[in-house]
Amino acid sequence: MPKVKIPRKSISLDMTAMCDMAFLLLTFFMLTTKFKPEEPIAVDMPSSISESILPDANILTISIGKEGRVFYGLDGQEAKREVLKNISSKYGVTFTPAEEKKFILMSSFGSPVSELKKVLGSKEAEMKQPGIPIDSSNNQLRDWILYSARADKQLKVAVKGDKETDYKVISRVIAILQDLNINKIKLITTMEAKPQ
Amino acid sequence: MAEVNTGGGGGKGGKKRSKKISTKIDMTPMVDLAFLLITFFMLTTTFNKPKIMEVKMPVKTEDNKKTNYKESETMTLVLGEENKVFYFMGLTNPQVESTDFSDQGIRKVLLQKNKSIPEFKVVIKAMDTSKYKNMVDILDEIHITGVKYYAIGKISPKDIELTKTVQGS
Repeated sequence: MPKVKIPRKSISLDMTAMCDMAFLLLTFFMLTTKFKPEEPIAVDMPSSISESILPDANILTISIGKEGRVFYGLDGQEAKREVLKNISSKYGVTFTPAEEKKFILMSSFGSPVSELKKVLGSKEAEMKQPGIPIDSSNNQLRDWILYSARADKQLKVAVKGDKETDYKVISRVIAILQDLNINKIKLITTMEAKPQ
Repeated sequence: MAEVNTGGGGGKGGKKRSKKISTKIDMTPMVDLAFLLITFFMLTTTFNKPKIMEVKMPVKTEDNKKTNYKESETMTLVLGEENKVFYFMGLTNPQVESTDFSDQGIRKVLLQKNKSIPEFKVVIKAMDTSKYKNMVDILDEIHITGVKYYAIGKISPKDIELTKTVQGS
């Protein structure tokens, strides 16, 4: 009886298809990845069971650090440009186009207007910002929020506070918001499992 | 003569036969690299957005109109230092008690009151020295226990006095 011949198959397979797919996915992930910008303030948020998600656009984020430093962050470049224009005319500080561009690209900042120029100038100063003044005699945060609300009609305000912040600072910020007739406030939290 | 050259074959050294190189390349390293990068980007991408808790503060009215609630239906929660929470019903000579944020603490109290009192309302007052975390926690507890009516109020010196009666005992 003749031996059954098993046809020898080549072990090298065509990897073109797999390669195509791999690169497609790679491109997708590369384009969707948003690297977290380096922020001058570290905020460790408290957790809650809330499941609503922060909207994408028109958000004004007020970050409050552990020590009570208040930072301001607005998305929307056009709105930011307008806010800066208003602030510079109110406080009599002028900015060069380069500084303006830097300000628009910055994710958040927290310093008195008088020091804003310095912060925009050097990286070192950017990392050591003292926070925006919120006391009633020099309430700069109010102006920032006011101009932001004017520049962006659909503005939503989110408060990103640190777990360990004293409530005093938070209540002060909320009072400023209420003063400006902003009564819906979004508190940014991290997820926590719901108890049974 | 030309015919001879072309027809003569390679042996004569006139034309070199180019070696046939396979067009297939080994793509394994490329695929390896691609998958490595995919894995990296997949792991660094964060799809989950931060969660938010929406708080609606009462709208300021011109005439500062105050709505009155029955004292027997209203509980005041005072957030104190070191994760303590004080609670009392009503305002006239209240019985102040203190508890904590654990499952057996304030949650039990809120659940029980919410069950027994139909129009249960809670007023949250935080001391200046309490932490932001406590505020978020208490709002969480309110959502968990399903209390319908709640408000964040301003603390008064009287509230602080009341909490001191507990600390002394």
